[in-house]
Amino acid sequence: MRDEGTSRALVRVTDLRKHFPIHSGLLRRHTGDVKAVDGVTFDILEGETLGLVGESGCGKSTVGRTLLRLYEVTSGSVVIDGTDIASLPPEALRQVRPKMQMVFQDPQASLNPRMTLAQIIAEPLDEHTELSRAEKLERVHELMDQVGLNRRFANRFPHEFSGGQRQRIGIARALALNPRFIVCDEPIAALDVSIQAQVVNLLEDLQESLGLTYLFISHDLSMVRHIADRVAVMYLGKIVELSPRDALYARPLHPYAKALLSAVPEPDPATEATRRRIILTGDVPSPANPPQGCNFCTRCPEVQPLCREVEPPLIEVSPGRQVACHFVQPENPPAGAPGGPEANERIQQGAGP
Amino acid sequence: MPDGAPPVLDVRGLKTVFRTRGGEVHAVNSVSFDLRPGELLGVVGESGSGKSVTMMSLIGLLPQPPADIRAGEVFLAGRDILKVDPEELRAIRGRQIGFIFQDPMTSLNPVYTVGMQIMEPLRVHLGLSKAQAETRAAELLDLVGIPDARKRLKSYPHQFSGGMRQRVMIAIALACDPKVLIADEPTTALDVTIQAQILELVRDLRQKLGMAIIWITHDLGVIAGIADRVMVMYGGQVVEQAPVAELFAHPRHPYTRALLQTIPHLTGSRSARLRVIEGQPPIMSGPPEACPFRARCTHAFDRCHLENPERRPVGIGHDVACHWSPPVAVEVAHA
Repeated sequence: MRDEGTSRALVRVTDLRKHFPIHSGLLRRHTGDVKAVDGVTFDILEGETLGLVGESGCGKSTVGRTLLRLYEVTSGSVVIDGTDIASLPPEALRQVRPKMQMVFQDPQASLNPRMTLAQIIAEPLDEHTELSRAEKLERVHELMDQVGLNRRFANRFPHEFSGGQRQRIGIARALALNPRFIVCDEPIAALDVSIQAQVVNLLEDLQESLGLTYLFISHDLSMVRHIADRVAVMYLGKIVELSPRDALYARPLHPYAKALLSAVPEPDPATEATRRRIILTGDVPSPANPPQGCNFCTRCPEVQPLCREVEPPLIEVSPGRQVACHFVQPENPPAGAPGGPEANERIQQGAGP
Repeated sequence: MPDGAPPVLDVRGLKTVFRTRGGEVHAVNSVSFDLRPGELLGVVGESGSGKSVTMMSLIGLLPQPPADIRAGEVFLAGRDILKVDPEELRAIRGRQIGFIFQDPMTSLNPVYTVGMQIMEPLRVHLGLSKAQAETRAAELLDLVGIPDARKRLKSYPHQFSGGMRQRVMIAIALACDPKVLIADEPTTALDVTIQAQILELVRDLRQKLGMAIIWITHDLGVIAGIADRVMVMYGGQVVEQAPVAELFAHPRHPYTRALLQTIPHLTGSRSARLRVIEGQPPIMSGPPEACPFRARCTHAFDRCHLENPERRPVGIGHDVACHWSPPVAVEVAHA
């Protein structure tokens, strides 16, 4: 994963934590923390799309926002293109902001209803460039062409557009300053099925023509399979599995990843009639009070006593695949590493269907 | 599903129009369908396709005005429920038709305990005493898989998680043992692992109770796993209807075909590019005079712009509203 040889890591996240304090009582004393993101480490290579999946409340959106420092970082580092975003003073942060942008989930809420489309798209240009009015308009038109919006609409307001078109406006705004890295936070979740493909294809085209790097946050595992090169699965503030796309979908290793994939309904009655689902019992525990040991131990169908005591680290189990589970061991343990017959047995357990 | 048995619900030519400041919106246009005993009918469509409005119209849950049910008949157990007076309709709704909404938080009253909300229909519609209702409510919570049921009756909605609240909603809908259960996007607000729990519960309840269910969703995956028969809606109309296996194997309407091709899959080969349905859904400001899908259809020809197609049979239990006739037994390439 940390290989500089083939492809350079544009984004390097190391042990990132974001805790939201809980204040309670008359004096609003600090009584605890919601551990929304609790120690995640990953890289995003230049030009790739990293999918970040998980259920609501697992911290995937918080990761996206903390990465761009829309939230202050509790601890850990976020290095984007050589600069540690996490510790940058405000003015220096402002200087690097053009490099990293965000596309939000709800195009209704993320566009100012009183601004015209041209004003919305030009706002980042006003803030970060010295372009003349004519130059700005030229750039706005260029961006509108890029995202497939008719130039005639430049003076219209967001409410005059459909959901899919609004999302195009959000994308044009994100592209205005030629960013290198874009966090797409559920960009298609609010759109109809027939419109989703239009937006996803647009994102892919832009990635190819502009060499963009994406963090694609979504709960739609089928769409993530389509768009992502590698996928990180989050559960309760931690990454439980990070794998190349095809390997993950063909054979998920972490018990949560297995259950999550098995729960996604497939649009095929024959498959649906025969497939074996892993139905998880219960609900996700509160991130303010995560369980001791492995975060997934309260719902894991393969739970062992060890899981309730010791937290499993995220380790590389095969080239490019990282899993945080006591019972998924490296497939080819290097000589001298802990392993042996017992570990082999565990692999079989972990890799079951 | 038992064929030949008389339908429990028979809807004919339903038309609903909303009067708004910007003019009329023809949300439901001549929708006809039936629901057989014990069957699960999936209704698929995008937002604005009229699927929810159809169901709300037929049980009289739309405020009139702005809604106006212009035409149609809805037979429930042989009676046209669009013609009964409001008081009687209320009784029918409680006793014979159960309803589950998308968002369990907004459909449960936050200031009453869950127990009171389950007991209310039991006492109003079945006339049970408080003690009887309480026993039955605990049974219902147990039935929908809520542990420690009797104790949980005293809990308030906010003390339940999203999935548990939806279970409570199902318990309320099932309280009076309805013949028909209408579920409007009941799992859309839930996470996939919780959705899987609810789908499993519904499969199980169907076995135990055998009521007929109308399941509204935009998720073709959910439909594939749970429905017996599917009705596809577009622009306020039913554009295609077929048994579930038939619909997925041999979709005939260009919209259904495009929809099945546009969604990415979890397994199988992965296409480099998603197939796109160009354009936007229609704005239904007048009564339909042409095919609602014509502007986005790759097969549209002259007739599609002049005449709204009627539904015509194309197979056993399979009908489609389209002028264009696809070659028989076309396979959708699962991209």
